[in-house]
Amino acid sequence: MNFDALISEFGQHTVDGLSKGAIYALVALGYTLVYGVLRLINFAHSEVFMVGTFAVLFVWTQVPFEGIPSPGQAVVLLLLALVAATLASGGTALAIERIAYRPLRKKNAPPLIFLITAIGVSLILVEIFGQLLPDLLGRALPELFGRPRQLVGMPTIIEQKDLFTIGHVTVNNIQVIVVVSALVMMALLDWFINKTRYGRGVRAVAQNPETAALMGVNQERVIMLIFVLGGVMAGAAAVLWGIRAGFTLNSVGFVLGLKAFTAAVLGGIGNLRGALLGGLFLGLVEVYGATLFSTQWEDVIAFVVLIVVLMFRPTGLLGESLGRARA
Amino acid sequence: MGIAAAMLAAAGCQDAGSGDSNTAAAECGGKIAIFGAFSGDNAGLVIPSLNGAKLAIKQHNAANANCQIELKEFDTQGDPAQATPIANQVAGDQSFLGVIGGHFSGESDATMPVYEAAGLAMVSPSATRTDLTAKGNKSFFRVVGNDGTQAGAVSTYLKSQNAAKVFMIDDGSAYGAGITAELEKNLGAALAGKEKIQEKQAQFEATISKIKNAQADFVFYGGYTREAAPLVRQMRAAGVTAKFVGPDGLYDPAFPQGAQKGAEGAIITCPCLPASKAGGTFSADFEKEYGIAPGSYGAEGFDGATIYIDAFKAGKKTRADILAFVKAYDKQGVSKYIKFAENGDVDPSKVVIWSYQVKGITFEPLQELKLS
Amino acid sequence: MSQSVDTSVPRIGRLDAVRDRWQNLPKWQKSLGAVAGIAFLYYLPLLGIPGLTWFRTDSIEGGSSWAGTLFTCAIYVLVAIGLNVVIGLAGLLDLGYIGFFAIGAYGVGLFGSVNSPVVKLIQERFDLPATWAVGWVLCAFIAVLLTMISGVILGWPTLRLRGDYLAIVTLGFGEIIRIVARNMVGVTNGPVGISAIPGPEGPPSSDNNIFGLVDVKPWYWLAITFVLVMVFAVRRLEHSRVGRAWLAVREDEDAAAVMGVNPFKFKLWAFAIGAALGGLSGMLFASRYAFIDPTQFNANLSILFVAMVVVGGSGNMAGVALGAVLLGYLPERFREIADYRWLAFGVAMVLVMILRPQGLIPSRRRARELKDRAAEAEEAPAHV
Repeated sequence: MNFDALISEFGQHTVDGLSKGAIYALVALGYTLVYGVLRLINFAHSEVFMVGTFAVLFVWTQVPFEGIPSPGQAVVLLLLALVAATLASGGTALAIERIAYRPLRKKNAPPLIFLITAIGVSLILVEIFGQLLPDLLGRALPELFGRPRQLVGMPTIIEQKDLFTIGHVTVNNIQVIVVVSALVMMALLDWFINKTRYGRGVRAVAQNPETAALMGVNQERVIMLIFVLGGVMAGAAAVLWGIRAGFTLNSVGFVLGLKAFTAAVLGGIGNLRGALLGGLFLGLVEVYGATLFSTQWEDVIAFVVLIVVLMFRPTGLLGESLGRARA
Repeated sequence: MGIAAAMLAAAGCQDAGSGDSNTAAAECGGKIAIFGAFSGDNAGLVIPSLNGAKLAIKQHNAANANCQIELKEFDTQGDPAQATPIANQVAGDQSFLGVIGGHFSGESDATMPVYEAAGLAMVSPSATRTDLTAKGNKSFFRVVGNDGTQAGAVSTYLKSQNAAKVFMIDDGSAYGAGITAELEKNLGAALAGKEKIQEKQAQFEATISKIKNAQADFVFYGGYTREAAPLVRQMRAAGVTAKFVGPDGLYDPAFPQGAQKGAEGAIITCPCLPASKAGGTFSADFEKEYGIAPGSYGAEGFDGATIYIDAFKAGKKTRADILAFVKAYDKQGVSKYIKFAENGDVDPSKVVIWSYQVKGITFEPLQELKLS
Repeated sequence: MSQSVDTSVPRIGRLDAVRDRWQNLPKWQKSLGAVAGIAFLYYLPLLGIPGLTWFRTDSIEGGSSWAGTLFTCAIYVLVAIGLNVVIGLAGLLDLGYIGFFAIGAYGVGLFGSVNSPVVKLIQERFDLPATWAVGWVLCAFIAVLLTMISGVILGWPTLRLRGDYLAIVTLGFGEIIRIVARNMVGVTNGPVGISAIPGPEGPPSSDNNIFGLVDVKPWYWLAITFVLVMVFAVRRLEHSRVGRAWLAVREDEDAAAVMGVNPFKFKLWAFAIGAALGGLSGMLFASRYAFIDPTQFNANLSILFVAMVVVGGSGNMAGVALGAVLLGYLPERFREIADYRWLAFGVAMVLVMILRPQGLIPSRRRARELKDRAAEAEEAPAHV
């Protein structure tokens, strides 16, 4: 155990951990939204994120630019990527809902059936992006699908630069962009759910579907809305992933999805602010843990912390609620 | 009763399999198997070797109409649990006279006892774990240097560069951790720190801050592209200027592509000859056949197949004769001069290790690394 | 698309009709049928009936050993039976079952192989010869005991959690086991894995009369024997007081508690028994392959285990067994579509779930529940 390394640069590790956790938090929102309304784990959400990263890659490789883009170009590229990724991820999430989940909801199938369907959908998407598309489009789009199941790098859009230093803590521009955009996205979502008419519908259905129906809330629309919202958040996460991690491949979603889901549960699944807290908390735990022990124990530390937290707070840090506290 | 007897008789027939094709064989020729990860996540590293072997057989069959050799492919996805039933199948089918594989160390380790029990020779183009040949197995051979040899070459390189502070990272895989452990033995005081990451890791801030704290001038990474490409890229973005050195697991076009500009100038060692130095017309032929350069282990796959071709040409027709032939093999191959030591390793003095430098998305040969 | 839906539904209905007829047969006919069925299971690796040889996995180009595939199927069936106790009978969602499988495998590997660091340590400590290792029977016992204990250790703090929380915790548990096996090099040999794991006849060797290296048939017969014994045992359990308690807990925990059934106790029992079965299958797996490394115990396989139980028909032993056989068999038999095997698998999974959510061979009770729920859904379309 290396306490010195942790203590001497505690601030630095905290900044690192927060920027890592911000992406977890954005993806965690997708799990939480769906769970809050439908009480089901959308296991395929990790692939919603994966599709988003491919959309980002598509934009950044197909829009021509030379070397490192100028700040103006970078903003345009980021916005284009954001549009493409949110469309792709939101569309994928919606398609999953319509094609796979809706028939099950009509039959009122128990949650386990949804889970297995989600696993199947996940497998299908991973294989489509890992094998089918490379086989079909490998020649047309070698920058995206060069070789089956192959990691592909994304071009650098923003060069990493240290922005400011406080004491021993150096903060770079990427970290600021990631954390600030994640917070903005989350604030927007929070506002949307809590302050708008659509949000009220979502909360109503989450609290009591029957009453909501009596009050004239169109439940199908609400369900479509939450899938799209989760997808949009995953799309935003994909853009941040692009500037931070800088690569993608068909199986990129699995590990990230697992972490994001852990984050959602940590914070209290079904609870929007819980997803934020859980994501940031998980990012911190991972960086601290990796410094204290070794990076190879990162996941073990994350899961052990999850188990311990759930032992003392069985519904996560903030408890589960997408509108009100539930027993 | 009669039906049961018929069923069993039929079963017996099926079980004997195509064993009778042995007798049908002509004066020369026969059947060999090749197994490895031909599909799945790791296929990219193994396909060149398969293609190399196929090319050798194809060229031979085209030139020798009276001596046809059949090469059967068995896909294991690199999984020991899939490789073993395949080994049972190949070992039980008497028409197979030799095996090329395994391509990964795990599947080789798992299947070595099976092939040995069946008296089949195994020639591996790419299983490099050092202890594979330290188990007393009598039918396992490899036409590739082991991790110990390559680690020796890496340390020679690092010494020639006067590396004072080397930071070692590995991915905890049998390959990555193995080669890194071998290197550690040679580094001595030059080791500035080490770190193990997780497979499929994508974000490396903790690792990068350790590299920075160690003020390393060299970073050695043992592992594959999947983790190395994001690592080197994030490292460069964070302003780490230490030279990046990696073994042949990164001799893969996806590595510089995946790292974008991050891999520029990285040094990759590989027990493989540059195309221009490889014997004969192999590189040109390979490129003509498959449209790409041989890449990792293409030449070794070709050599593995060539050993069996030579055995058949020499009129060997049984597993035992072929095993003896492989053991005594002594000839120049396209990847290196091939002659096996008692334990099945290719003669260490014949192993050639080259260093390559990443330029753009290509690997430029730098120099041959002398083995200390 | 719609056409395939129309035809497949009555076909599945026919499957149910066959089952009804079977259930209504006189007892002696049923026993005779069962004996014939069991005899056929033992005959399977020799399968040579013209026409049926098409099913053999070695009948295709690059196919693997038929008996080897049957062995894999048998192991998966054993896994499915164990997981069925946890998911189908007790209603606990366990996504980390692979962890128990791994502990069972490592149990026999660590104590039975001369290459394991644990055995080497014991040799040194007690001045034993370099060929000494714990015997197979004792290893098997240790393996099952270890998994049972780990089942209790995992279950004790987590079984109070609600279903979905349990899912992620168990998934995490499976990952923890794999990563520990990979990182604790001094104990498990880490990524290098453990070779020379013994079988019933001792360490793997071509001199073994029955459990040799090339012929897999005896291994299959051993595994299928274990399967049959466990099917019988779990059947008894299912119809015992414990089985009824599980059912009560699964249906309504609170009501069960009121009736004097301690839900936690029975859940823990289910977890431990399920774990032990997982450990048993892991033990057989390790013995047969004589080699294990951590890559064989990844989370994907764990999730596929759950899928096979649900697709087959959770709660019904025949159903989960069918699911297991499909998971073990299809990817081997259809190697022709090598790169598309898993895509096809995913499509099949989704189709089965949408068209037949109760599973291929459902438990009767489950099927009725689902029908009720579907009917409810029709009455009150607003209900989620």
